[in-house]
Amino acid sequence: MALDDHKTTGFKFIGTRPDRPDGLDKVTGRALFGADAQAPGMLHGAIVRSPHAHARILRIDTTAAEALEGVKAVVTRADFATGLSGEFGFVLENVMAGDRALYDGHAVAAVAASSALIARDAAKLVQVDYEILPHVTDVDAAMVDDAPVLNDTYADATVPAGLHPNVVRYHESGHGDVEAGFAAADLIVEDSFKTEATHQGYIEPHACLATLGADGKGELWCTTQGHWIAQKTCAALVGIDTSQLRVTASEIGGGFGGKTTVFIEPVALALSRKANRPVKIVMNRSEVFRATGPTSSTSMDVKIGMMKDGTITAAQGVFRLQGGAFPGAPMEFSAMCAFAPYNLENVKQVGYDVISNRPKQAAYRAPGAPMASFAVESVIDDLCKQLGLDPIDTRLKNAAREGTKASYGPRFQRIGLVETLEAAKAHPHYTAPLKPGQGRGVSCGFWFNHGGETSVSLALSEDGTCQISVGTPDIGGSRASMALMAAEVLGIAYENFRVTVADTATLGYNDVSHGSRVTYASGLATIKAAQDAVAKLCKRAAAKWGIPEDAVYWEDGFAKPSGANAGNFDPIPLAEITKDMGSTGGPISGHFEATPEGAGVSFGTHIVDAEVDPETGKTAVVRYTVIQDAGKAIHPTYVEGQFQGGAAQGIGWALNEEYVYGEDGRLQNSIFLDYRVPVASDLPMIDTVIVEVPNPGHPYGVRGVGETGIVPPLAAIANAVSAAAGVRLRHLPMSPPRILRALRAQASEG
Amino acid sequence: MQYHSPNTFEDAAALAVAAAGVTRFLAGGTDVLVQLRADIITPDTVIDIKNIPGVRDITRHDDGSWTLGVATSGAEMREHVELGLDWPGVVEAMDLIGSTQVQGRATLVGNLCNGSPAADSVPAMVTAGVEFSVTNSEGTRRVAVMDIPAGPGRTHLAQGDVISAVHIPARGARGGDAYLRFIPRTEMDIAVVGCAINLALDAAGVITQASVSLGAVAPTVLRLDEAAEALIGCTLDEATLDKLATAASAACNPISDKRGTIEFRTHVAGVLAKRTAKIAYARAQGVTK
Repeated sequence: MALDDHKTTGFKFIGTRPDRPDGLDKVTGRALFGADAQAPGMLHGAIVRSPHAHARILRIDTTAAEALEGVKAVVTRADFATGLSGEFGFVLENVMAGDRALYDGHAVAAVAASSALIARDAAKLVQVDYEILPHVTDVDAAMVDDAPVLNDTYADATVPAGLHPNVVRYHESGHGDVEAGFAAADLIVEDSFKTEATHQGYIEPHACLATLGADGKGELWCTTQGHWIAQKTCAALVGIDTSQLRVTASEIGGGFGGKTTVFIEPVALALSRKANRPVKIVMNRSEVFRATGPTSSTSMDVKIGMMKDGTITAAQGVFRLQGGAFPGAPMEFSAMCAFAPYNLENVKQVGYDVISNRPKQAAYRAPGAPMASFAVESVIDDLCKQLGLDPIDTRLKNAAREGTKASYGPRFQRIGLVETLEAAKAHPHYTAPLKPGQGRGVSCGFWFNHGGETSVSLALSEDGTCQISVGTPDIGGSRASMALMAAEVLGIAYENFRVTVADTATLGYNDVSHGSRVTYASGLATIKAAQDAVAKLCKRAAAKWGIPEDAVYWEDGFAKPSGANAGNFDPIPLAEITKDMGSTGGPISGHFEATPEGAGVSFGTHIVDAEVDPETGKTAVVRYTVIQDAGKAIHPTYVEGQFQGGAAQGIGWALNEEYVYGEDGRLQNSIFLDYRVPVASDLPMIDTVIVEVPNPGHPYGVRGVGETGIVPPLAAIANAVSAAAGVRLRHLPMSPPRILRALRAQASEG
Repeated sequence: MQYHSPNTFEDAAALAVAAAGVTRFLAGGTDVLVQLRADIITPDTVIDIKNIPGVRDITRHDDGSWTLGVATSGAEMREHVELGLDWPGVVEAMDLIGSTQVQGRATLVGNLCNGSPAADSVPAMVTAGVEFSVTNSEGTRRVAVMDIPAGPGRTHLAQGDVISAVHIPARGARGGDAYLRFIPRTEMDIAVVGCAINLALDAAGVITQASVSLGAVAPTVLRLDEAAEALIGCTLDEATLDKLATAASAACNPISDKRGTIEFRTHVAGVLAKRTAKIAYARAQGVTK
């Protein structure tokens, strides 16, 4: 991006903390979420799901279901488009099975009926004959020679010869000579780690309301992080033109990456087309766990060599991720993020994408990075312990800086890792005394951040207020941030703005709210759209004054003549220009569209104190501090919220959340009672420190903050727990049975 | 599905004995409604006993014993100061179940009849010596807690039996009870191991009566008579505590599942027994409430 309008200090609105515009609706229950939509004549859909981990579908008999009074349509795979390939093909196979059910919970048919209860009863009447096939759910087990084959056509050209067909993609990157680096090390630590699959755990289950006519025109309301991708995918899956499907994003009750794809939406559209009525589908929690995207489970090996002074001489890692029954586990992100915080001469990273009989993984905050960071930062912690080095000093010694060749290839521009480490070292938490039974852990973490296709429109009203249409669903307070950035440009107060998440018919294509891109990319587009409007405002003033356009400038909400030569005119406030805009040239609006590519990478450092009960293996996180580079915090409260949310989800992932599969390949814990997200009383108050090292790729220096915050927690907590327990924990979650087993194994070894 | 709301336990029993298929009694509904919605049960008959007079009464009798109506909620028990002073273990066991909202509905009898081996209130009721009135067409009889659970999700109650009252004995002098459970979180969870202990002491602090019970470590709640024997005649010294822990672990017959392993449950049963005994002992001494 051009830097001509770069501004990082002297803000009037940026950095303030006004209430979010959607807040009142949300706390009063007025906000409309996915399940809140109704339509006249609406039917309710229910989905028939496979109870088997892997089975051939021999026959689906829908006769009894169709005969039930109130049932208006039943669909199977035959009611969807054919001939799809690539990701659309995988998504279709995932939302409605073809000839095989590939995991417990895989959709095989769906019904629509006049009530939700009838639909549920009808779903039970759909008779499916299965031939049960051997299954595999563990990533390591899926790679061995005699593992059941899920699909022998998925492996792409990157996979080296001789690997099991369940290995579908392969990644290798790095630079230097790791063997030479290891030879130069004073100490080498090599260790293996596992992490279990976790779910994003958003509080709002997937829900949608769909209408699709025989003319191929449709409407879809759904809870999503990206309605254009939903539009594109759904249109392809039901075989209609993209532009004929209008998609509106509801308010969203959490997504964390898990709502960047579709599950029930194409099914509701297919049912609607068949029944010729609107169809609503709302998942229950068990369906969310069984059939929507958890993150990958992993198996990892990491080897790092270090000099006595803490210099890392070489680092290598192998990251094996299973992402369910389809390609796409984010192993390349694991590999690329693993060593990114460090300036390494010799580094090599390898990734394997492995399929297994589990639900298709979906993105979950910095996909792939937290697990890799857990393995790498655990090994660094061990090296520091064995060499008697301070963990922050050691990380500072090796820290990536501006100009460092990143482990994943490019050279870093201005980055803030060192600043976060220095802030961590200076924070009172780092030197606070620990009680007996407590341990302290630190970890760094990295995420790329993303730009993505973005389009924003902004329109001024006659009364001098402003409406902004963005295309990125608000998953973290972004409407407040957009209003603040537009306020900064237009020079009028925050309260004058209304920010709307526009539907797909109202604005050009916008990528999903993912990649920590919204405040960066929609923010940049909002600033540019506001500047576009400012240019038009100045033009109207110039016309009124009868002077050239370039003799007018905009300041604090006023058009002003640019100097004595321009003439001696009184500044005109925005509202005075808009009041007459109908007669001075028509409506004034601003627009910007682009695929901005200057998303600055982001680093964080976390400090955690944990206490372990040596008799039961139970862990309490007693103190937690997040330090992260935000570039520029547009709305600091929501930046802090992202930091705290990352830590909270990380605590769950590290300590108790996991997908538990039985021998039968069925998910054992598909409710929140046994899928243990942290409850409020499990968490300490999470302290935050916002570091601001401006991103040169954004007019105000913004870096995305949504994802980096979940990268360091797994390792920081594991390092704290390992210190408290006196034994290294290598398998997440560190549930009490795992910790107790490690403690007792160590005691019996003496 | 048939829904009934009788006004007497005799009517409730008559409805139940006449019902075909699956019958569920409904008081708080914190298990029944959840299981119904999750398709775990599909009752043909639901008999709502909340409208029978007296089902939410908490009564202390002249001899110090207590009778609780079958629909008395956990929240009502917790707010009853005298009940909490007499039977803190029973009250805290009930209070650990679910959320604030669930506490407004959940009952001791529902917790028992749901048949979960992990039911929190059941070990505490076992050590307290709780009995239930069970009404059927023949009349009403008294049944001890231990005689009701039959296995996960099952009870020894017959079709037409309905529990009509909860009886808790008098506290007596120098007595105290406690309940602890192990969960991986701090609240809103299900016991991986639960342990209740009820003690009575003589003036010198020697244990004269003891009852020990474990939950979630066998198909039904366990009453550990040998462990209790080991406590009688002792003060709570380290050697006694170690014997108690060994006996508690030895009594376990758990499964490995998503909530914990055999190894973990067996070990933690011993740990919890010691910790629970200390709390019950301090309460019996009058040191704590």
